[in-house]
Amino acid sequence: MTISIRSVEKTFGRYPALNQVSLEIADGELLALLGPSGSGKTTLLRVIAGLEFPEKGQVLYGDQDMTYASAAARRVGFVFQQYALFRHMTVARNVAFGLDVRKGADKPSKSEIADRVNELLNLVELGDLGNRYPAQLSGGQRQRVALARALAVNPSVLLLDEPFGALDATVRKSLRKELRRIHDATGVTTIFVTHDQEEALELADRVAILNNGAIEQVGKPHEVHDEPIGAFVCGFVGEANRFEGAVKGGRFRSAEIELPAQGVADGAAVAFVRPHEFTVATPGQESLFLTTERVASSGPVVRVDGLTSGGQRIEAAFSRDLAGRFGSGERLGLAAQRSYIFSA
Amino acid sequence: MSRRMRHPTEDPAWAKALILAIVAVFLVSVLILPMVTVFFEALRKGLGPALEAIAQEDAQASIRLTLITAAITVPFNAAFGICAAWAIAKHQFPGKAFLITLIDLPFSVSPVVAGLIYVLVFGAQGWFGPWLIEHDIKVIFAIPGIVLATIFVTFPFIARELIPLMQEQGVDEEEAAVSMGASGLRAFWSVTAPNIRWGLLYGVLLCNARAMGEFGAVSVVSGHIRGLTNTMPLHVEILYNEYDFVGAFAVAALLCFLAIATLVLKAGLELIQPQSRPGRH
Repeated sequence: MTISIRSVEKTFGRYPALNQVSLEIADGELLALLGPSGSGKTTLLRVIAGLEFPEKGQVLYGDQDMTYASAAARRVGFVFQQYALFRHMTVARNVAFGLDVRKGADKPSKSEIADRVNELLNLVELGDLGNRYPAQLSGGQRQRVALARALAVNPSVLLLDEPFGALDATVRKSLRKELRRIHDATGVTTIFVTHDQEEALELADRVAILNNGAIEQVGKPHEVHDEPIGAFVCGFVGEANRFEGAVKGGRFRSAEIELPAQGVADGAAVAFVRPHEFTVATPGQESLFLTTERVASSGPVVRVDGLTSGGQRIEAAFSRDLAGRFGSGERLGLAAQRSYIFSA
Repeated sequence: MSRRMRHPTEDPAWAKALILAIVAVFLVSVLILPMVTVFFEALRKGLGPALEAIAQEDAQASIRLTLITAAITVPFNAAFGICAAWAIAKHQFPGKAFLITLIDLPFSVSPVVAGLIYVLVFGAQGWFGPWLIEHDIKVIFAIPGIVLATIFVTFPFIARELIPLMQEQGVDEEEAAVSMGASGLRAFWSVTAPNIRWGLLYGVLLCNARAMGEFGAVSVVSGHIRGLTNTMPLHVEILYNEYDFVGAFAVAALLCFLAIATLVLKAGLELIQPQSRPGRH
């Protein structure tokens, strides 16, 4: 199901939670809503689900206006951060709930419901735990039950609110892959909210980045990472060293660094350089100098932390085979292979 | 190594013994001794006279009235408590803090004042007095007044029990139910009600115990008409003032017995459903 959000506005008291948000989600797409806390991403998800109603704008399912339709009428699957499993029901009864509450001809027979529950529990790899209660499951298992429960109604769209936020790192990683697998197996349009950029970039087909109730950029993971359209996205997605300075005649200058800035208008600007886009400069070609403080080799990279003469902390990352070249307390000249410069 | 290792926050043995002794003396003299006295005085002349006192027509009438009062009060306050807790725990609205304070009012007002309020409103000289007399409706010095006064005094019990429980449970489960197509009513019966049933039962027990035992407010509105408007606690007082000690203590013992039964039920509930108290998951 295609979901269209058109110029949606929502305020809580005097505080605007969503400001003129428009977004198209294609049928079968897996989209991440990424942003810092308070950016409005959860509010947007709840507006799509019908758990909140916007003051202005439209929410369309296909070409049907659902802006003020009840959550019950939308047939969404919603997965909560804290699972929200029905604690007094077994796992199987939890998963069956969405089918149990149907009425009349719409309601499947008991054996059909049981078959569907089994199928879903197998899909989330909890086949033999149907008779347990939520309190007897681990966090990861509970979230799988929540996922199966949300999928039971054959939702037109699956919505997940920070689905892995309450889980520890290893479980989070494996569930992430699981969600991708389940999405590919069912083909259901899926929108999930996260503040974890790694999660968003790794899992989603497209990422929408929100800040202060507005969408900053929507794009494929590599697009938002490699071609950020603004300072917020550049600083938020991926690691970056930030420099504040000014552009004059196609050059960016700050106290610490000098960079080429073709096509950027003269005036105050911010520049970003990602740690792995620094190289050790040949003498005379340096963009900046730093005094190294800490050299840490881990995995495929060696990370070098240091301070510029102006006292700004810089992080740089190099291929591991260069590890031998760095020591702490040394003066190091760096050049930037690539930088992002935005008028402030 | 002659000294036993002590936990850093553990008190020395003599201090523990002293504190325990103080608690024990206090409990025995203030709680247990009076209870024992009640049963002792009731049975002073043997079981026969005690049972006879309870079997008296007036005593029977007072027991009936107490049971009727509780039977009306408890369901009413259960319904009110669920509504209030639902509104307070699951919704945001202006004046919420004020409503919570208002629910506590019966705890902070003297029951006598509560009784007087109803006399002033519904009594012969009260606001609605003339109208009520005109239409031949008796509130004060009749069962409706007694029920009203009892409802007033006992209405915080169930609401107070449910509000923290429902607040702690949040609205996620209800939202999940609604998002899967359940109606509001269905969500309440399938999700909310099972989650609060133990807290509700607990509140009902406390409310019931207090409804049966209420004296002050009921005393003001009852008029002490024997066989008609005397509840058990009022009957105890009348018998006592008439120097019928065996009768007074026999009825009092019955009330104590109800209290003990309530406590046993409550303890039983906590045993079967230990995780139903707030703070678990």
